[in-house]
Amino acid sequence: MVTHNTFLTADTRDHSLDRRAAHVRERANWMRRRLLRMIVEAGQGHPGGDLSATDIIAALYFDILRIDSSSPAAPDRDRFVMSKGHCTGALYTALAGAGFFPEAELETYLKPESRLNGHPNRTYLPGVETNTGPLGHGFPVAVGIAVAGQIDRADYRVFVLTGDGELQEGSMWEAAMFAGHRGLGNLTVIVDRNGLQQGARTEGTNSLEPLPDKWRAFGWEVVEIDGHDHAGLLTALDEAAQPRTKPRVLIAHTFKGQGVSFMRDQVGWHHGVPNAAQYAQAIAELDADAAR
Amino acid sequence: MITHSPAGMFDCRDAYARTIEELAAVDDRIVAVANDSVGSSKLGKFGARFPDRLINVGIAEQNMVSVGAGLANGGKIPFVSGAGCFLTARAMEQIKVDCAYSEANVKLCGISSGVAYGELGATHHSIEDIAWLRAIDKLTLIVPADPWQTAEAIKAAAAHDGPVFVRISRMPVPELTRTNPRFAIGKAETLREGGDLAIIANGTLVHRALAAAEALAAEGIAARVVNMATVSPLDVEAIAAAAATGAIVTAEEGLAKGGLGGAVAEYCAQHSPVRMRMLGFPGFLPTGSASWLMEHFGLTADGIAAAARDLLGKGAQ
Repeated sequence: MVTHNTFLTADTRDHSLDRRAAHVRERANWMRRRLLRMIVEAGQGHPGGDLSATDIIAALYFDILRIDSSSPAAPDRDRFVMSKGHCTGALYTALAGAGFFPEAELETYLKPESRLNGHPNRTYLPGVETNTGPLGHGFPVAVGIAVAGQIDRADYRVFVLTGDGELQEGSMWEAAMFAGHRGLGNLTVIVDRNGLQQGARTEGTNSLEPLPDKWRAFGWEVVEIDGHDHAGLLTALDEAAQPRTKPRVLIAHTFKGQGVSFMRDQVGWHHGVPNAAQYAQAIAELDADAAR
Repeated sequence: MITHSPAGMFDCRDAYARTIEELAAVDDRIVAVANDSVGSSKLGKFGARFPDRLINVGIAEQNMVSVGAGLANGGKIPFVSGAGCFLTARAMEQIKVDCAYSEANVKLCGISSGVAYGELGATHHSIEDIAWLRAIDKLTLIVPADPWQTAEAIKAAAAHDGPVFVRISRMPVPELTRTNPRFAIGKAETLREGGDLAIIANGTLVHRALAAAEALAAEGIAARVVNMATVSPLDVEAIAAAAATGAIVTAEEGLAKGGLGGAVAEYCAQHSPVRMRMLGFPGFLPTGSASWLMEHFGLTADGIAAAARDLLGKGAQ
């Protein structure tokens, strides 16, 4: 089991795609075990959405993002905005893994006065760009960051992870429309398209499809990817990070609960805490995956 | 009938627009964000002068406020301007979460606040805003009284690191006479001394309060007039001093509950119990012009003077 917080930057990008993907895969496996332990210790959490987003967030924090945890407010840093703010298990493990705070602090998750609140708070934790939690906020804020970068002709890139159910919020489409209008080529949205919202399937609740067409109609480039394929994620994010004149959305097809068989694609694991036997099984499955 | 005849009346939006233009000329971090409100926010000249720095998101207030927060993240000092009624009611969660809770360096400007839109009705009145905004932690709230104070408030907002809401009227007001003009966030200004009671007002009610004090003086009642332009954070020393007179009338172009009067009452009830009258609007208002609404609901010099006499148990002279 890897316990160090390796934060690899430029040197890993020069590596072959296979090596980079292997690194992200290892980090994602570590994040999954670590976030499940956090949820078990805290007695609450959002494991389903954490696990659907883990591979995407691992690809960003452990490869793509040009960020430096020792200088979290550097003006030229890449921005990552966690619009689906309830998935703090994935975000906090990535931030700890990337060195923004000590890994041991993950043990304080949701405890009184912890910096690790149930939703991310930028005034508590370095590396958080804006406070999220209510859906429909992070993406529009990211559009504002991208507008600032556009005005300044800055080099930084802006990445946003949204939920798919979150796209039912009207503010998301206000932001999408404006980003398309402004031609924000420095902006990449990744939709965690796990198909489930808190209570049911998105398509049975308030359907999003045809989702690619909707984004295209708002002036966006659309790429559909497998959100659990590390090499595919890196390739798509590498391409997305290139200069362009339109905003781009990566619709990442994922499964809630990915990596834990009994949670996978199960709406009931939106919230929830594994019991001791379930936790042991989950860790055993993740151990087996790591050994592959 | 008390009359007040100032030398000239002014629309504070002009001072607002002129000031952000002046600031922008010397600080390229200053940007303006609007919701198709370039005209009503008087940002036309700003846009002509700084075309890259006027960001018009269209009719989308939620996005406007979030984009403002994002611009602040990108190192800008955004002045996010829109009709007060829509900016607050439509984008309240964005004000709460993206600006205040995130402690983003955003300057929100509620334009044409209060009942300036008169006959357009309660949808367009922004009279709940002070109560709503006052409840939000970490959000500085300023209600300037005249063009000079509007300009000072905008400058102070730009210099302040953190979220600020400036409530700007379009109802004409006179430039107030000051012996010691000085504006600081969180500091009230005593425009007239008096020991029989204190009138605490802000925004468009300040000049009316001064006129009321003038009339009361003729009756032998010495009314102190305090311009409580900053509602959050509140100048509690000024309130305590006002309470020491033994009677307070508050007056604001907003709801009579939960706003400036509510803020003063909360402090006084706990620290300096004092007799009070709180002047403001009762709720959704009938059709009528802005000036008619002000008259009808007693938000006039006459109305303030009458409340003062009533509070002191003295009949009209």
